[in-house]
Amino acid sequence: MSEHVSPSLYDQLGGAAAVDAAVDIFYRKVLSDDRVSHFFDDVDMDRQAAKQKAFLTMAFGGPHNYTGADMRRGHAHLVARGLNDGHFDTIVELLGSTLAELNVPQPLIAQVAAIAESTRADVLNR
Amino acid sequence: MPSITFDGRDCEVLPGETVLDCLLRSGIAVPHSCKAGACQSCLMKAGSAAGLADAQAGLKDTLRAQGYFLACSLRPLEDLAVALPGGEVRTAARITGLEALNETVLRVRLRTEEPFAYFAGQYLSLVREDGLARSYSLASLPNEGDLELHVRRIPGGAMSEWLHREAPEGNTVWLQGPAGNCFYVPGKPEEPLLLVGTGTGLAPLYGIVRDALAQGHTGPIWLFHGALTPSGLYLTQELQQLAERYPNLRYVRAALRDGGADGVENGELDACIRARLPKLAGFKAYVCGDPALVNSLRKKLFLAGVASKAIYADAFLPSALPVASACT
Ligand SMILES: Cc1cc2nc3c(=O)[nH]c(=O)nc-3n(C[C@H](O)[C@H](O)[C@H](O)COP(=O)(O)OP(=O)(O)OC[C@H]3O[C@@H](n4cnc5c(N)ncnc54)[C@H](O)[C@@H]3O)c2cc1C
Ligand code: FES
Repeated sequence: MSEHVSPSLYDQLGGAAAVDAAVDIFYRKVLSDDRVSHFFDDVDMDRQAAKQKAFLTMAFGGPHNYTGADMRRGHAHLVARGLNDGHFDTIVELLGSTLAELNVPQPLIAQVAAIAESTRADVLNR
Repeated sequence: MPSITFDGRDCEVLPGETVLDCLLRSGIAVPHSCKAGACQSCLMKAGSAAGLADAQAGLKDTLRAQGYFLACSLRPLEDLAVALPGGEVRTAARITGLEALNETVLRVRLRTEEPFAYFAGQYLSLVREDGLARSYSLASLPNEGDLELHVRRIPGGAMSEWLHREAPEGNTVWLQGPAGNCFYVPGKPEEPLLLVGTGTGLAPLYGIVRDALAQGHTGPIWLFHGALTPSGLYLTQELQQLAERYPNLRYVRAALRDGGADGVENGELDACIRARLPKLAGFKAYVCGDPALVNSLRKKLFLAGVASKAIYADAFLPSALPVASACT
């Protein structure tokens, strides 16, 4: 009767509250990291914070409606400005250090990184 | 192609065109200013309220429910009947006072017959009788009776030159709004507050700071006012007196040029802030004024530790260029 359903990654991380806790830390890291900050120089902060939140929700395995095509369209202008694998690696690294700062266990961080990794081809428009 | 019906006329929408641009192109005068969804001058009402959500950002729930939307933010995909807002969202006001606060800033006082509810620091759309509309922030407190705006003279500016040059005291104008999230929210009296404004960006802050103090705010309140030169500052005596009366209020003035004397700092506003407040975690911040400065400051404040949700900003976007009129 009591079938055990293991909680989703999103729930294990703490759901929407975890995204809220992570978004400022992550976005601050992105904006202050010289390797990637120049991609965010001239963006509207409100809109950008909303985008970071959507990205984190997706990477946390939460509810989202991103498609590969959206990813491509959303990053095409950055690819045109030179966005490459190195920048992508930096973002994944900053995502990992954000979660570490929030004391998320390493195996869960690895799962988040794997989800982020699965978007690489779309983000880089390959 | 979809078409827009306005006052018995049909206007065909070009691909990607907004309701506002379509109507203006068709020679229909719709009040507007920023064309960026910020000033709410272009408020209109649609016959049916379906599919409007994206064009209703920032509108009050009561307006949304009635099908109001921002004409500059809606790109219609199907036929739509629209109308200009009627008396129910506009309040008539009389210009009761005009007073120079410095060489370029005019204090405009307005009196409404009907009550006009707002929070100090919100902005309204001032609509002249001929439909010219511009947004201005409220510097007054709701219990003060008259509304107060601070209007900077923009050379060649349609609204600001009219107010400065023709001194239309006694004229009737229309007010739409209020709008915006830059206002004091009681409930955390000990929270540290940071208020940063350039030029007439002081207007909303002058309302917010007095509102916070009147509501018994006990935590530190830092008010930074910046201008190009010291002559661009204003209300300095009033604010100095306020700071003397309330020890938790710190008032800092800065000029980009020619500062360094008479209590005016010389230099960039964000450097002045950093020198006094290197760490801003836990602060609530209000940033108002010049759009470029507002955007760069809010990022700097965020990096200095203010939570993104604790930054309230009003960028004083200028009016957008008119589109060529080609009546169909
Ligand atoms: C939310 C919001 C709040 C605002 N609050 C205030 C306020 O409290 N006090 C205030 O004075 N203004 C405020 N503004 C700006 C105001 O709405 C008008 O844009 C401004 O008064 C100029 O209008 P105008 O009709 O005189 O000039 P326009 O006829 O609109 O402009 C004339 C020319 O000057 C240019 N121009 C416009 N603004 C500037 C500028 N700042 N610097 C250089 N060139 C410019 C225009 O691009 C145009 O070419 C606010 C704007 C917004 C969106
Ligand atoms: S909000 Fe539409 S013109 Fe400003």
